[in-house]
Amino acid sequence: MVETFLFVLLIFMIVGSIIAIETKNLLSSVISCGIVGAAVSIAFLMLGAPDIAITQVVVEILILVILIRATITIDNTAIEAHWDTFAVVSSLIFFGLFLVFAFLAVQELPPFGQPLMRVSKEYLQTGLQKTGAANVVAAIILDFRGYDTLGEATVIFVSILGSFVILRRRGRKRRTEADTEKVGILSEAEIREDYGDLRE
Amino acid sequence: MILYFLTLVLFVMGVYCLIAKKNIIKKIIGLTITDYAINLFIIIIGYRAKGIAPIMFKNMTIQELAEYGVDPLPQALVLTSIVIGLGVLSLMTSICLRLYEKYKTFDMSEINRLKG
Amino acid sequence: MATKPELISSENPKGMTPVVKTVVRFAMGIVFMFGWYIIIYGHLTPGGGFAGGTILACGYVLLTLAFGKEVALAKMSDRAASIIDNSCAFLFVAVPLVGMAFGYFFLNFPPHGKPFDLVSAGVIPLYNILIGLKVTSSLFAIFLALSIFGRFVSKLVEEAEEEE
Repeated sequence: MVETFLFVLLIFMIVGSIIAIETKNLLSSVISCGIVGAAVSIAFLMLGAPDIAITQVVVEILILVILIRATITIDNTAIEAHWDTFAVVSSLIFFGLFLVFAFLAVQELPPFGQPLMRVSKEYLQTGLQKTGAANVVAAIILDFRGYDTLGEATVIFVSILGSFVILRRRGRKRRTEADTEKVGILSEAEIREDYGDLRE
Repeated sequence: MILYFLTLVLFVMGVYCLIAKKNIIKKIIGLTITDYAINLFIIIIGYRAKGIAPIMFKNMTIQELAEYGVDPLPQALVLTSIVIGLGVLSLMTSICLRLYEKYKTFDMSEINRLKG
Repeated sequence: MATKPELISSENPKGMTPVVKTVVRFAMGIVFMFGWYIIIYGHLTPGGGFAGGTILACGYVLLTLAFGKEVALAKMSDRAASIIDNSCAFLFVAVPLVGMAFGYFFLNFPPHGKPFDLVSAGVIPLYNILIGLKVTSSLFAIFLALSIFGRFVSKLVEEAEEEE
């Protein structure tokens, strides 16, 4: 039952991603990408992972808003096709080979519905006694594998820091004291002041 | 088996979009689709037939949970991976904005031609 | 923090249409309450810091889109967002270091309490709240920087091209 539903859902995702890749209009491309994300969220819900389904559906909305608001409202012109034959042909040959070997490798994996669960059985049996948390996923990410979450917090911190550094005003200004002030959000007048040389 | 293979097909399409398309926003969309495919693949491997979510409720015993619960370890790994994907996407978007400000286009081949 | 009533009224010309503003005024409280519920009950029900934090960030993004940036900046300014982000990242290292005094890094040192209680499971609810605040503030700050800053620059670029 779940297998059939997932099969139909995966076909739907593949069709959605074909539309997202091949359509000319960028807005419909982004919206098709959002449809794929929503289908992934439904698949997570069917696979017994409600935590991830909640996170996925909200992150999907944020991706849609960021892409539309930050990039497409600036420039929505469709790029006329430069048909790069070498890139297309070589990537198609490579992906054909990749799929053949993937088909062979997939046969060695444990079949669908029968995972190995050597470590996870231990977590499921002793998670409640050792940590006191009823949600075993929360017990794993915050207690058994806390280092993983610490690394994740570091990665998101560094990525936010990186985009703030990239997005701030261009360097080598005349007024050096402005460098120590706030980085991200400027008023329109301040930007006009800084980018005044843009018109020259 | 066929489910694993279809997920890998989704992955390959994301990578194809990343290589062959010229628009930078298309490339970002391709990376997002790749991200979805990998997350889905990891979760599908951990599914157990007739499984329940790995969360205890008051009227359940631990034996029931250990017998029917799906694998919680891939879920914990994927949960952090999704939020990392959002951070990486915002970083890529800010680099795109800087490129647009410099070259006034999102076209990759134009940017290559203007180099130097 | 209290918001000035004239900013969130439907007559304010900034932002979207009055229909959107009216709906957002009713939906805002529900969105924030749901986000905090997901964070605080993260160790008992599905959810946790990551999911709840993204929901709260979505709430702030909704305020920004509907009412313009003044209302959202009055609720959480960019400076406050960066301070919350940095202090939560610091505390997320500091609390496991406290556990080092009792044994090892990332030790769940407080008593675990009765299962299925709201205050139970030691430091896990505290970690959930820290991660939720960190994800909220960082995602909202990145949205502000991307949308507002990028838009102004592009507008200026267009004006410069027109003048040429």
